Amino acid sequence: MIPMDINEVRGIHTLLVMAAFLGICWWAYSARRSKANDEASHLPFDDDDIDRRTLENEKTEKKQ
Amino acid sequence: MSTVNPNLTYNYKVVRQFAIMTVVWGVIGMSLGVLIASQLVWPSMNLDLPFTHFGRLRPLHTNAVIYGFGGCALFATSYYVVQRTCQTRLFSDGLAQFTFWGWQAILVAAVITLPQGFTSTKEYAELEWPIDIMITLVWVSYAIVFFGTVAKRKAAHIYVANWFYGAFIITVAVLHVGNNLELPVSAFKSYSLYSGVTDAMIQWWWGHNAVGFFLTAGFLGMMYYFVPKQAERPVYSYRLSIVHFWALIATYVWAGGHHLHYSALPDWAQTAGMVMSLILLAPSWGGMINGMMTLSGAWHKLRTDPVLRFLVVSLSFYGMSTFEGPMMAIKTVNALSHNTDWTIGHVHSGALGWVAMISIGAVYHLIPKLWGVRQMYSVSMINMHFWLATVGTVLYIVAMWVNGIMQGLMWRAVNSDGTLTYSFVESMEASAPGYFVRFLGGVIFVTGMLIMAYNVYKTVRQKDAVALDNSAAQAA
Repeated sequence: MIPMDINEVRGIHTLLVMAAFLGICWWAYSARRSKANDEASHLPFDDDDIDRRTLENEKTEKKQ
Repeated sequence: MSTVNPNLTYNYKVVRQFAIMTVVWGVIGMSLGVLIASQLVWPSMNLDLPFTHFGRLRPLHTNAVIYGFGGCALFATSYYVVQRTCQTRLFSDGLAQFTFWGWQAILVAAVITLPQGFTSTKEYAELEWPIDIMITLVWVSYAIVFFGTVAKRKAAHIYVANWFYGAFIITVAVLHVGNNLELPVSAFKSYSLYSGVTDAMIQWWWGHNAVGFFLTAGFLGMMYYFVPKQAERPVYSYRLSIVHFWALIATYVWAGGHHLHYSALPDWAQTAGMVMSLILLAPSWGGMINGMMTLSGAWHKLRTDPVLRFLVVSLSFYGMSTFEGPMMAIKTVNALSHNTDWTIGHVHSGALGWVAMISIGAVYHLIPKLWGVRQMYSVSMINMHFWLATVGTVLYIVAMWVNGIMQGLMWRAVNSDGTLTYSFVESMEASAPGYFVRFLGGVIFVTGMLIMAYNVYKTVRQKDAVALDNSAAQAA
């Protein structure tokens, strides 16, 4: 086996990091993910009932 | 969501505690900043006492604003956001309480030790070893509470804000332990395990990531919840948030070398730091654009909603300072800017414009919700605070730009025979007007914070009387 030069390791590293980045882009933008992304982006608006219950419970606890 | 336990409630107590302390430490830390700014205009303001000297109060100012104000804002919002977007209660109420009291104890310890001159001399990590150990304990508890909550979430997805908060918590843990490896020689004195240029590199690996993770990733988490929530529309592009998250966290950790340009640090490491800093422009602006574009179609809300204005203007300062940062990391630009007031101006464009403004916006959003009232005691006071904060920040950073570039040019000016044109003292004399404008900007910014403290106090107090009944009636 031919010993690898440090610069070859650096070159391979650059390619791997680039592939990882492109992979993340491809994954994030794939049509398959669009429904999940859409659901996730609505999470800040999905829990008003728990918020309301928290405040109501605290209010009744204080009155007792 | 209907799958959630019908008795589930959130832990708002710890969020309330941290939200109040955000305002308290903000007032303390920023007032200290004004005091030391005044010392640069009127040197007798150091009161001729060792513990009110600039050299001792400056680290107290940075610790109080970063870990007191910024830290409490991050604890408050991360505990709030992780519960609400995971639709579950905090993993442990007791451990969350421990992080609150532990963090306050650490901050009080900073107030006691730093003015006495106990310091490890590492910038943004000045606290001595017993306090470093306390920080580690509290931080590990914080990580357990946060990730424990994510693990028991009822929502299918982990919302992007939690990714940013999570990266901030993990990275700060690694950096804090790595940077503070030290040999104690007495109760309040220790020496770094590293020496020479390695120590400098470790210091700025920590120092720049205190900026990148404590002051950026954490606050981007804040942005990804509070901007959509206040604008009442989901984030512009969830896909962009994923891509810029990974790009940002993968790049930031390599950028610290730019603090050591033209030093004994090997040239290749300086260049690596510079290149990584330049690349950082892309993921930084990815976040800014994503936040800004969330408002598309809702820009009219800025006219009536000063809270949203705080959040959006913070994003413009974020965009500005993340353009300025990479530019200053270019070696030839750095040759002019290094060690001048330009650096201080850049930091405050990020710290006042981005970090403080987004935190202030988030707290104004949070306080009424946490105390069950419809809105803050006075919306016009929020508006007043917004203008004071903006004018104060702009005065501050413009004064430092002018001073910094002038100092850089004066220090590099040489006569035809090779001697320096100006002495250092001449450059200090020329800086005096800028120091006064900076002091003025700081006073204006702190005035805004005092108005906020009053507004928060009145909001919290009015709750006892009518608040909850009002909110039920008005929400209907």
